[in-house]
Amino acid sequence: MISAQSKVDNKIVLEQAQGVKQFLTFIMADEEYGVDILTVQEIRSWEEITEIPNAPDYLKGVINLRGTIVPILDLRLRFGLAAIDYGPLTVVIVVKVHFAQNSKIMGVVVDAVSDVYSIAEQDAKTVPSLTDSENAEFVAGLVNVGEKMVALLDLKKTMDI
Amino acid sequence: MSIDLSQFFEVFFEESLEGLDAMEAELLNLVPGEEDLETINTIFRAAHSIKGGSGTFGFNSVSDFTHVLETLLDQIREGKRALTAEHVNLLLKSVDCLRALLSALQAEQAPNLEEANELRSKFEQILGVTPAGTEQIVTKSKPAEPELNTYQIDFKPHHHLFKTGNEPLYMISELAELGDLQTHAFHNEIPDIIDLSADDCFLSWRFFLNTAKDESAIREIFEWVEDDADINITLCGGLFAQEEPPPAAQESIAEKLASTPAVAEVIAVNPSPKAAVAKVTTPAAAESTSIRVGIDKVDSLINMVGELVITQAMLSQIGEQEVTEASIAALQEGLAQLAHNTRDLQESVMRIRMLPISFVFSRFPRLVRDISQKLNKQVELKLLGEQTELDKTVMEKISDPMVHLVRNSLDHGLETVEQRIAAGKDPVGKVTLNAFHQGGNIVIEIMDDGQGLNTAKIKQKAVANGLVSDTDELDDDEINELIFMPGFSTADEVSDISGRGVGMDVVRRNIQSLNGSVEVSSAAGVGSTFTIRLPLTLAILDGQLVRVAKHTYIIPLISIVESLQIDISKVSRVGKDLDVLRLRDEYIPILRLYTIFNHQGAIETLDKTLLVVVESDNQKVGLLVDDLLSQQQVVIKSLEANYQKVDGVSGATILGDGRVSLIVDISGLIKLSGLRKPGSQDLIIESKASLEAS
Repeated sequence: MISAQSKVDNKIVLEQAQGVKQFLTFIMADEEYGVDILTVQEIRSWEEITEIPNAPDYLKGVINLRGTIVPILDLRLRFGLAAIDYGPLTVVIVVKVHFAQNSKIMGVVVDAVSDVYSIAEQDAKTVPSLTDSENAEFVAGLVNVGEKMVALLDLKKTMDI
Repeated sequence: MSIDLSQFFEVFFEESLEGLDAMEAELLNLVPGEEDLETINTIFRAAHSIKGGSGTFGFNSVSDFTHVLETLLDQIREGKRALTAEHVNLLLKSVDCLRALLSALQAEQAPNLEEANELRSKFEQILGVTPAGTEQIVTKSKPAEPELNTYQIDFKPHHHLFKTGNEPLYMISELAELGDLQTHAFHNEIPDIIDLSADDCFLSWRFFLNTAKDESAIREIFEWVEDDADINITLCGGLFAQEEPPPAAQESIAEKLASTPAVAEVIAVNPSPKAAVAKVTTPAAAESTSIRVGIDKVDSLINMVGELVITQAMLSQIGEQEVTEASIAALQEGLAQLAHNTRDLQESVMRIRMLPISFVFSRFPRLVRDISQKLNKQVELKLLGEQTELDKTVMEKISDPMVHLVRNSLDHGLETVEQRIAAGKDPVGKVTLNAFHQGGNIVIEIMDDGQGLNTAKIKQKAVANGLVSDTDELDDDEINELIFMPGFSTADEVSDISGRGVGMDVVRRNIQSLNGSVEVSSAAGVGSTFTIRLPLTLAILDGQLVRVAKHTYIIPLISIVESLQIDISKVSRVGKDLDVLRLRDEYIPILRLYTIFNHQGAIETLDKTLLVVVESDNQKVGLLVDDLLSQQQVVIKSLEANYQKVDGVSGATILGDGRVSLIVDISGLIKLSGLRKPGSQDLIIESKASLEAS
């Protein structure tokens, strides 16, 4: 007897073999961005934060994540977008970023969490080099999901502060 | 089946280094001519276990070297050779050499065998040369040495040996006590796993034993198993002769067998002597990070966790009950219990990191011995409070500053024998190290009964270096403080022991980086005392919570001098934007925390506002805060783990309500405020001086 669960499992195994990754997407200024779901530690609601003196404006401060001090970035400000007030949908995605020497746990503030997509890596298109935007370096690739376009983030560059 | 021995390396290194420490300590106790047999035995045992361990793990360079050392010790132990001062010096040198070898091996680098070979040849010279008649016997060929014989023992137990309740291992260790034992086990009789019976013995052994005992002593060991095993003991000469005729009869075959690979190793290493030298100096990277914890500490921890579990069970039981007045009272009681448990648990966990300071103190007898010999001074070192415990990390960092202070005491503090006799003092100078707990701190005192600090000379030097001006009237304490200034040395001549002028300021900075302080008090002709104060642990800090705008910061309590309300009439403005408060006989620069940290909405007027006066690097500043909150112990958390270093902040902590609060780094803050621009140091000293002049 094959249960529904094992079918799903089989599908995941198959997808991984084909270079398919799952991405968690979120909305920021009406655009959809994606991060590798395996880097995501948890999703939290926005909470009171401790400011860091003399830090860049996109670094909102640090929070206590079960005894660990975790810095929180505002991705809008990081990308040079207009700041908005935080509302009930504002969420913090806590990710683990692997740098060359170490890995750090950091949080990003985004407008809202959207969806989880399975995306084959070869489908991702490189960012048009025409763009003169500084933000282009934060984006690892672009993919089409249905009618929408999702920008896959290069976390290492985005979080390198 | 092969066992990965490398998993035991760390333990071996740790134990061997401990053994070396023990050897060193005992060697220093040895006085040639009146040596205590027990002391020599202790040294011998330490050397022996290092040799055994290194042999097991295949560190032949170490085991070969230890072997010659052991041979010498063995002869001394058995009274065949008299201990001389030269022996002690040589043995001490070999302790250093072994330490270097071990650290190189620990860092997985090829050890530098140059020194080892040099020392080894010296040992062999001693062992080979025959200065006294008694030794003649030892070093001559076997026939002249009737007591030392080599036996070949074939021991083949019958299969039922275990059933008679005999354990071959005990017999082997008994054999080993008779002399040098070489063991070969034969396992070819072990059947396939299907036929294997765990109760049967399939092993047999062949031993080679170098012993002074006769055959009957060996027979005695096997007395109980005579009927249960085939035992064949033969006096053996031929087998050795085949391999290589031993120059000294008591050298074991192990040495013979190992000598060939050792030579190969020497050759392999020699092509890159430079690299090897560099490696010896960098063993710190591989420094072991494990810690030995007394079983009693672990037991108490387990007890406390047990209590914690009980309390938790009690609390969850209360949680299931209906809410009544009685259950609330019980809940409160349970919570109080929980708080108690948590505090105990915290203390016990901290205690695990605590080690007795004797770990640091134990290196000083050697240091004092070497330096006093070099300086030709007679010194008696006294260690007090060796059992005082402090945090391992603190201990590792305090050791270098202490070495520096002790060197200073020996070099500058203590007079030469002639000077001491002329001054009517005991020709033997005294240096005392004393450690004790005081409040939440550990205090370490380094006292000498030497000449004391020469205040006139210090001042003269300070004036010459432009640290103070000629006209300043400084009392002795203030002058003594000057030695902690950068670039200060009063030694007339720079020696290789001290006097390069990069000393005391580094000592002070190191100690301050541990949140500690160092002070000196001195009396001319009587001696000087350096007092180091350190927090017991680095993980927990006593903090004063302060509010700046809507932010809560923590100021380390140890750096706070006082807190006061500013009286505006005592404030004057210096330069563009520096406000200074006149406090008794000092001018305190006022740092506005909200400007430095760039916060909006803080109290900006000075009058009646709270000022926390803090001291760092010998400089006092006032921090302007909105409010003083509570004082509490905080657990220091790293900001760098997930973020980066923040200027003016030394770390973070989590407050009772779960929020993060930042810990102010006073010296970083002073730097951040730009107060210590070039010349600003002078400004403070000048203002102080002018105040005193007025």
